[in-house]
Amino acid sequence: MSTSALAGGYRVALQGQSATGMGHVGTAMTESAEVVFFNPAGMSFLESKSSSSIGVSLIDAQGKYQNKTTNKAYDTNNPIGTPFYIYQATKINEKSSLGFGIYTPYGNSVEWPLDWAGSHLVNNISLKTIYAQPTFSYKINNTVSIGAGPTFVNGYVHLNRNLSTSPSVADKDGKRSNVTIKGSGITAWGYTLGILAKPNDNLSLGMSFRSQVDMEAKNRTANFSNIADTLQSTYPNTTYDATLILPAELSFGASYSLGSQTTIAFELNRTFWSAYESLDFTFESPEIADSTNPRKYSDSNIYRIGVQHNLSPKITVRVGSYYDQTPISDGYFTPETARNSSVGLTLGGGLKLNKRLSIETSFVYLHITEFNGSYDFIDHDGNPSTPPTSFGGDYLTNVTIFGLGLNYNY
Amino acid sequence: MKQYIPSVKGLKKSNNPFKNLIYTCFVCVSIISCDKNFDNPIEDEPARSSGSADFSTFVSIGDSITAGYADAALYRSGQENSYPAILAEQFARAGGGNFFQPLMNDNLGGLLFSENENPEFANRLVLDAEALSPEPIAGAPTTEVIDAAPLTGPFNNVGVPGAKSFHLAAEGLGNPAGLATDPLSANPYYVRFASSATSSIIGDAAAQQPTFFILWIGNNDILSYATSGGIGVDQTNPVTDPATYGSNDITNTIVFDTLYGQLLGAMTTASPDAKGVLVNVPDVTTIPYFTTVPYNAVPLDQATADTLNAAYTAYNDGLELARLGSAIDQTEKDAREISFVAGQNPVVILDEDLTDLTGLDAALVNMRLATAEDLVILPTRTKIGQPVDPTDENSLVWGVSAPLLDGDVLTKIEVATVETARTAFNTSIQTAADADDDLIMFDVAAVMTALATTEGIALSDGSNITATYATGGAFSLDGVHPTSRGYAVIANRMISDINSSFGANVPTVAAEFFPTIYLK
Repeated sequence: MSTSALAGGYRVALQGQSATGMGHVGTAMTESAEVVFFNPAGMSFLESKSSSSIGVSLIDAQGKYQNKTTNKAYDTNNPIGTPFYIYQATKINEKSSLGFGIYTPYGNSVEWPLDWAGSHLVNNISLKTIYAQPTFSYKINNTVSIGAGPTFVNGYVHLNRNLSTSPSVADKDGKRSNVTIKGSGITAWGYTLGILAKPNDNLSLGMSFRSQVDMEAKNRTANFSNIADTLQSTYPNTTYDATLILPAELSFGASYSLGSQTTIAFELNRTFWSAYESLDFTFESPEIADSTNPRKYSDSNIYRIGVQHNLSPKITVRVGSYYDQTPISDGYFTPETARNSSVGLTLGGGLKLNKRLSIETSFVYLHITEFNGSYDFIDHDGNPSTPPTSFGGDYLTNVTIFGLGLNYNY
Repeated sequence: MKQYIPSVKGLKKSNNPFKNLIYTCFVCVSIISCDKNFDNPIEDEPARSSGSADFSTFVSIGDSITAGYADAALYRSGQENSYPAILAEQFARAGGGNFFQPLMNDNLGGLLFSENENPEFANRLVLDAEALSPEPIAGAPTTEVIDAAPLTGPFNNVGVPGAKSFHLAAEGLGNPAGLATDPLSANPYYVRFASSATSSIIGDAAAQQPTFFILWIGNNDILSYATSGGIGVDQTNPVTDPATYGSNDITNTIVFDTLYGQLLGAMTTASPDAKGVLVNVPDVTTIPYFTTVPYNAVPLDQATADTLNAAYTAYNDGLELARLGSAIDQTEKDAREISFVAGQNPVVILDEDLTDLTGLDAALVNMRLATAEDLVILPTRTKIGQPVDPTDENSLVWGVSAPLLDGDVLTKIEVATVETARTAFNTSIQTAADADDDLIMFDVAAVMTALATTEGIALSDGSNITATYATGGAFSLDGVHPTSRGYAVIANRMISDINSSFGANVPTVAAEFFPTIYLK
């Protein structure tokens, strides 16, 4: 899947190699089946009768932590993230198009060293979501089209953390007591809407909206490990309920042709992260107190710019940049999503192999300034009346992403 | 550093400036996208200052607290987290050197005497979280003291469990032959690492010519009396020879003062320029061993109270007769009269400082109800309410129908006796520190007092620790010795004092990452 350090929070904005190469703009681009995701209305303006795209990105994102007061330093050992997509769009007739998309817009995969200083918050976490989206678009006239589709979401989560900062909260061999929260096949649904306008041959304007999806885990497994023998009755394996918010996103895009071979595009994405107030777990066993973990994310914007240029009939090059605001406020930086605002630089290239098939590649370099952040709301003793504890330090993330995709249009 | 040098088919350098720009950007971005490190990485932090102190050879001298004893045993991870070990690791960032300790063979802590286990030197305590009671951890200990060759030193941590002030100066305290006598005439912990059969603890410390030392002694000089419920003798004037003391006696305060001077003399003779920290003796009323069991631990209903009161009528009447006969005054009669009510009642205790009336009437033993100023020691918790004779179903019950013994309770007078001696010891320690510019006095008693409050001491992550038994985090399961986390808090306070007195800049530790008590 993908790693935390990409967009604000756990949004992984890599839903098309052509788009990624030019700053991940796409709401007003109508060149490939990638429109199924970026703006379903765009299907109506595709040139080909049938357009398909598949692609995958490889994300190498590694985090570093240090704290000069406690004299501790750690590096993550994150697995390579692999968000992917499959899109297909077909013109049924002059006005209507049908499409289908599978893509992975939210995910997170972080692995800190076992028992590290922040292990009472997270040792490792893996979050994966897959969206399946049947899509319909309708060309109202030569200038305007609309599109929409439901999204069916399937989610997976696996999170492990220690129960305490103390090495004596452990079993008789000294292995630290920990809890694993699991859930797979968590389903939910949402929808996407879009509108696209081409007032003249050079300009496209688009707007799309993806709804909020609430992933509700019900009666999923919570396992306690390395619990001391005489404490087993206090920490039985049990089940939990929790809801993770995948926020809604509203996008505005504009693309403009500068001559016949060059396009410049701008985009604004607004993600409604404020719906993510808290990540709470309620446990079936009465012995285990509810776990309340405030997040209080704020709505945030991403500003994108991209340029695409056909060097030759076969070769296209792309470059782009974006500024990604963090949705996280001071005092709410948790180690599994320790992300400050960032600037992304993108490059891309496309090669037409023949009339139908092209290879699209992309490269992203994410520049995230190191920052000092903390999470100040740890309920360390299950007692709501004792003040919460904090964990923080200096965080740094290095991210590089390569993407490879294929387009097939006829 | 990772580097990515791209090779993209078809992207050729050409005269087109736009193409050249793209190619250049691509290569540039790839090169700079190697993994970055922090602007100020922690590994590049400059060394800290030691001020006017020199930490290159650091030696700690003392008793069990200095050794890292906890949970009623000396065990590996306790030693690795002793306050001197914590200090040494922080000193290392300010020019400090190696710090060697005579580590036990395992993490169990029990001692073997010619392969035999000894209940007085059992494994460390763990807490049964269901029964809420401590017990020694299961396992076969592996630290042999008689038949094993002594460890090869020198050891920077010369803390020896059980040592009183005069033990530090005693030559031969580490002689293995002394483990064959009953009672022991050598200290098994010191036997393990003594430099010879005739060496003394202070001698082994001084021989290292430390540049910096910490001396914390005097605890056991009152503590052995206190933890045994005051059954020993308070060796007040005239001055007596420590060799004649019982193990639970309070050291004579003049003997302590003289000895303390001798101990310091040995250190300053060996290292005239050394800086040092002298640590004082904490107040027993701040330690959970003495403050956990309430004086009024006996719940009774009205019927049982009435039955007991009837049973104590003879004793109370006897007291009245004694008063009429002027054997005791009204105050003592009121203090000794025993009556119970429905609800929480004080335990019945023996108090050796009451007037002996057994000559008048054998039944008038020195018993009375406890008051809030009497301290019921921790082991008595499991005794109160138990039958005196478990085989007799009509047996008297400890603390209710039968008085708790002298050794079960530290009475108000015994508490005052301990406090008088402690005040005198601390005066000696403060005076010695004041007399030498190279020495400072660290007031650990104030730290213990802070831990004994409701809010305790706050840690750097916003949590806190208190002296509450088992749950507070500061004290281990023996109720006397701190946990590793408690030792970390003490070490931090010491570092703070060392920094301000010697102009050093030694960093403190994050105590929240240290262990507290272990569960069964």
